[in-house]
Amino acid sequence: MSENLSFPAKVGPAVVAVGVVVLAWHLYADLSGIGVTTLPSPLRVAQQAWVHRQALFDNAVPTVRATLLGFACSLTAALLLSVLMDFSGLLRRALFPVFIISQTLPLVAIAPLVVLWFGFGLFPKIMLVALVTFFPMLVALVQGYAATEKEIVLLLRSMGASRWGVFRLARLPSALPFFFAGLRISITYAVVGAIFAEYAGAARGLGIYILNAKNNFRPDLVLAAVGVSAGLTLILFGLTVLIQRAAMPWIRFDRDPAP
Amino acid sequence: MTAAARLQLRGVQKAFGETEVLAGVDLQVHEGEFVSILGPSGAGKSTLFQLLIGGIRPDGGTIHFDRAPLHNGTARFAFMPQRDALMPWRRILDNTTLGLEVQGMDRRAARAKVAPLFAEFGLQGFERHYPAQLSGGMRQRAALLRTIVQDRDMLLLDEPFGALDALTRAAMQRWLQTMWKRHRWTALLVTHDVREAVFLSDRIYVLSPRPARVLHEFHVPLPRPRDASSSRLEEASRIEAMVLATLLTPEPAGEQSS
Ligand SMILES: Nc1ncnc2c1ncn2[C@@H]1O[C@H](COP(=O)(O)OP(=O)(O)OP(=O)(O)O)[C@@H](O)[C@H]1O
Ligand SMILES: [Mg+2]
Repeated sequence: MSENLSFPAKVGPAVVAVGVVVLAWHLYADLSGIGVTTLPSPLRVAQQAWVHRQALFDNAVPTVRATLLGFACSLTAALLLSVLMDFSGLLRRALFPVFIISQTLPLVAIAPLVVLWFGFGLFPKIMLVALVTFFPMLVALVQGYAATEKEIVLLLRSMGASRWGVFRLARLPSALPFFFAGLRISITYAVVGAIFAEYAGAARGLGIYILNAKNNFRPDLVLAAVGVSAGLTLILFGLTVLIQRAAMPWIRFDRDPAP
Repeated sequence: MTAAARLQLRGVQKAFGETEVLAGVDLQVHEGEFVSILGPSGAGKSTLFQLLIGGIRPDGGTIHFDRAPLHNGTARFAFMPQRDALMPWRRILDNTTLGLEVQGMDRRAARAKVAPLFAEFGLQGFERHYPAQLSGGMRQRAALLRTIVQDRDMLLLDEPFGALDALTRAAMQRWLQTMWKRHRWTALLVTHDVREAVFLSDRIYVLSPRPARVLHEFHVPLPRPRDASSSRLEEASRIEAMVLATLLTPEPAGEQSS
């Protein structure tokens, strides 16, 4: 967490870095004589994105919907299961390996299968988004509970708090910084997960748009759609940061903030 | 002191696996008495407190409170842990009401009960601050306030000033003495600081290194307030020297188990 930097000082370096990359790309595409159907310049990508803005928007809507629904599902599941696993060692030992195995499944192989089983509708997309976002959040929560200061637990016990009381008053709030760290990681997977699912089969969505553009030899539109998905991820990421600020007002004062 | 002790420990033993920590500790605390426990680091002082608050169970010996065996779940003690254990996510006001909330008091009533004490504890104006915004001494006073508002039979203070610089610590000791004179809490204090123990206590128990037993019990028959200008300064120094000698040469005529 950076200290009291002004806004330009905070985002300035990132803007410059992105600008340098885009400029290099532009110069290369312009001067190397490479074809537009191989590597279009960023200017052309922007132009074409503007021309096809309606199509891009129409295809972004289902992607956003799948992302948010899938993310909501996995968030709920991660919260519930993390609580259950915190209270039951048996459940923790039983489920943790299952979740780890679920992380080893290659998305490329799983996505077409899920589409094969559940069709082209919304459901398989939600499932895939949930699959890729669930684990980082669960791990973050479980770690966060475990990071509760022992003395605080002892203190609550001395006050006569029940196990649930200790959980509610100490373990849950202690897990918040970890939870938001996990949330930030998850959210960057979420849009990618939805696009992967659409790529494997969908009526509409950025994934299928990218696939079609590629098949029509339009790398400029592929890149335009990629730009949209990156923009979506950044917006969602920014939202989690805002929510974290609202949910953890004390973190501004913390001298040694957790992750 | 003819009255029966409120807290009475007899032969209390505790081991963690192979590590024998308490090898039969005997001590008592009477009503309105301020008693200190001094002992080397790792002797088992915090372990002793954990036994009292029911975090762990003794392997042997008995613990009585008001002549009844101490049961798990009967919260007799207001405990102040070794580090302040303030919750970083709660404002100071809500940190100090924690014990009352756990007891089931509703938040508004708990706040109303605690708020008038903020001035006395030197925390006025900091009710809505977070712990990270407070100095070490203020955090310690907040932790102490959280401890005493619980209205328990007895205070257990585990090195309340251990983390403070010398100057702040001295100020806090004075302040605690004033507070104690006014409220007459029954208190058991763990400390590393011989001067602090003599300054604050009616009696002092000195523990041996682990496995801990009581090596010696000292009475401190000095009138309060005790300060640097006190005419009994010499006597205080004499007691300090004796306590220190016991701590530094911990083997008297010793029957020692293992
Ligand atoms: N839960 C536990 N499991 C195993 N060993 C423990 C446990 N709690 C304490 N011990 C051990 O018991 C011994 C006494 O610990 P304790 O914290 O009571 O010491 P202390 O006298 O409070 O020391 P200090 O003055 O440094 O706070 C130490 O050797 C410690 O490693
Ligand atoms: Mg200790």
